[in-house]
Amino acid sequence: MAEVLVHVDHVDGSVRKPTLELLTLARRLGEPVAVALGAGAADTAAVLIEHGAAKVLTHDAPEYAEYLVVPKVDALQAAYEAVCPAAVLVPSCAEGKEIAARLALRIGAGIITDAIDVEIGEEGPVASQSVFAASFTTKTRVSKGTPVITVKPNSAAIEAAPAAGVVEALSVSFSEKATGTKITGRTARESTGRPELAEAAIVVSGGRGVGSAENFAIIEALADSLGAAVGASRAAVDVGWYPHTNQVGQTGKSVSPQLYIANGISGAIQHRAGMQTSRTIVAVNKDPEAPIFDLVDYGVVGDLFDVVPQLTEEINARKD
Amino acid sequence: MPLNSTGENLRIVVTVKYVPDATGDRHFADDLTIDRDDVDGLLSELDEYAVEQALQIAEDADDAEVTALTVGPEDAKEALRKALSMGADKAIHVEDADLHGTDAIGTSLVLARAITKAGYDLVICGMASTDGSMGVVPALLAERLGVPQVTLLSEVSVEAGKVRGRRDGDVASEQLQASLPAVVSVTDQSGEARYPSFKGITAAKKKPVESWDLSDLDIEAEEVGLEGAYTTMDSATDSPARAVGTIVKDEGEGGRELASFLAERRFI
Ligand SMILES: Cc1cc2nc3c(=O)[nH]c(=O)nc-3n(C[C@H](O)[C@H](O)[C@H](O)COP(=O)(O)OP(=O)(O)OC[C@H]3O[C@@H](n4cnc5c(N)ncnc54)[C@H](O)[C@@H]3O)c2cc1C
Ligand SMILES: Cc1cc2nc3c(=O)[nH]c(=O)nc-3n(C[C@H](O)[C@H](O)[C@H](O)COP(=O)(O)OP(=O)(O)OC[C@H]3O[C@@H](n4cnc5c(N)ncnc54)[C@H](O)[C@@H]3O)c2cc1C
Repeated sequence: MAEVLVHVDHVDGSVRKPTLELLTLARRLGEPVAVALGAGAADTAAVLIEHGAAKVLTHDAPEYAEYLVVPKVDALQAAYEAVCPAAVLVPSCAEGKEIAARLALRIGAGIITDAIDVEIGEEGPVASQSVFAASFTTKTRVSKGTPVITVKPNSAAIEAAPAAGVVEALSVSFSEKATGTKITGRTARESTGRPELAEAAIVVSGGRGVGSAENFAIIEALADSLGAAVGASRAAVDVGWYPHTNQVGQTGKSVSPQLYIANGISGAIQHRAGMQTSRTIVAVNKDPEAPIFDLVDYGVVGDLFDVVPQLTEEINARKD
Repeated sequence: MPLNSTGENLRIVVTVKYVPDATGDRHFADDLTIDRDDVDGLLSELDEYAVEQALQIAEDADDAEVTALTVGPEDAKEALRKALSMGADKAIHVEDADLHGTDAIGTSLVLARAITKAGYDLVICGMASTDGSMGVVPALLAERLGVPQVTLLSEVSVEAGKVRGRRDGDVASEQLQASLPAVVSVTDQSGEARYPSFKGITAAKKKPVESWDLSDLDIEAEEVGLEGAYTTMDSATDSPARAVGTIVKDEGEGGRELASFLAERRFI
């Protein structure tokens, strides 16, 4: 059976959810071979095999932490040459897209980014993309070379499918380019204990209507009642009420949760670009004309300072 | 103090894409390329940040030159004109009928050849276009040019032949450093872009805009356009409009009613 290379996104051995989704999609195209690189690479094997990896290729070297992107491209290329896969799948994070692009160029192949689905077609894998702020769905194929496709988080339901996976050490020799961009410092992001924004099943967001940094406590309380991640509009981020890492939209995170709740957000096209594929959309806004109401499954025209705390209280009451 | 490695003037090429206005009604033409006729075009807003950083780096240098470069149809000159009126010194327009339908791999080929022909110490790109929004062209350029990629920077500076910057990722915020020549991309966190002044707009009219076609770059028609593309779009369908939802006015029970809706949908 054709093999499909899956680039593993992990943090010190803990595999991030989008990679497990990729394994589910990869099984539609062939037999998944996972490539895990950097510190903790070997620790990823168990969960990858649990989710269908027939083979796990691992490699660790200081270069992965000390230099930007290129060492991973070298390694993925080594895996590509060792395996000769039918497709390469990479999670659609910023780094993933850059790795995928450079690999595609090196192996003389086309690249498709931000797929929301991948199926097997007559002429190989067909990727669906949601474009122009989710107003069109396209079907695209790679017509030259081995398809390199990056897939957005929340594009598939994770299915466990234990494989008789074997773990092998990948042999990698780094190119001269690998040490071109040095990482001279790193500040890890502090964990909030809430789910990762791009991966969360529920996202509760606040915008300019929230009014201040302190008031974001209201948004956080609602998020916590639902076990949700917290998002923010760029307007709220630009004035410093919430960190940029929580921004949802074109230049922030693109989210596709089961439920998105927008509070005090008008629904500008750049915000919609990042959340319009959410399954269920709810908005609270005091302006009945706000464009966000064009998207909603349920909208409340009202003051968020009345509606949101009441909602949180009711959710907490129903849980008890 | 001269800023590039050779001590000569610092040559900055800033790549600017001409895109359909995102607030317009964007759609596809019959050949499944972007329909540019029905929607106004403009300089991709995210490339304004690239122009801004190019200008700031040039202002800090003793002797620097900023060249705006675009690959696109006739109208794409508008993107160059905007960059020139912001303060870029000159512009290059790569235009050729055979470019119609070029994908990311092909676009990076054309840009890389043009950048090489123009001569450069530093290439500055936006983080992503606002139409294709793949966010891959800067990495592709670095790969093709064989120089470091220093991408997705929210802060950037150039000194003594080195570029430094901060890249804010999901897991960590990283400080990066590379020697020139290099390819940089900047995010919309890198600093608000300036508005063209009246003086800038007037001056832009006198600045040189070179036009190159594929033969100037030694590129064959088969390497680009729909024919040369490495990807093929089979279909583009209008996403079905979302069913009209329930909109209620809060009369004091809005929060509790919303909770009932969420319970119905099994979110609580
Ligand atoms: C290149 C580019 C990229 C961009 N990228 C992004 C991006 O990634 N993400 C993003 O979000 N934006 C982005 N933007 C900005 C975007 O265009 C909007 O400016 C932004 O989304 C507006 O944020 P907002 O909805 O919070 O604010 P506003 O548009 O000011 O809306 C605030 C809303 O809150 C409501 N409100 C006020 N008070 C209350 C209250 N007490 N109760 C209930 N409702 C209330 C108001 O009725 C209003 O609808 C980008 C813009 C550009 C040009
Ligand atoms: C809806 C849609 C989907 C697409 N999907 C794919 C796909 O899956 N695969 C594929 O190969 N192509 C695809 N394309 C084509 C692709 O967008 C173009 O080839 C494009 O020129 C390169 O990608 P980008 O615009 O996404 O640029 P990005 O990689 O997002 O752009 C980053 C930066 O590169 C610079 N840049 C990019 N293009 C130009 C240019 N023409 N002139 C000057 N500077 C430029 C700018 O500084 C820009 O900010 C798609 C296009 C559209 C409209």
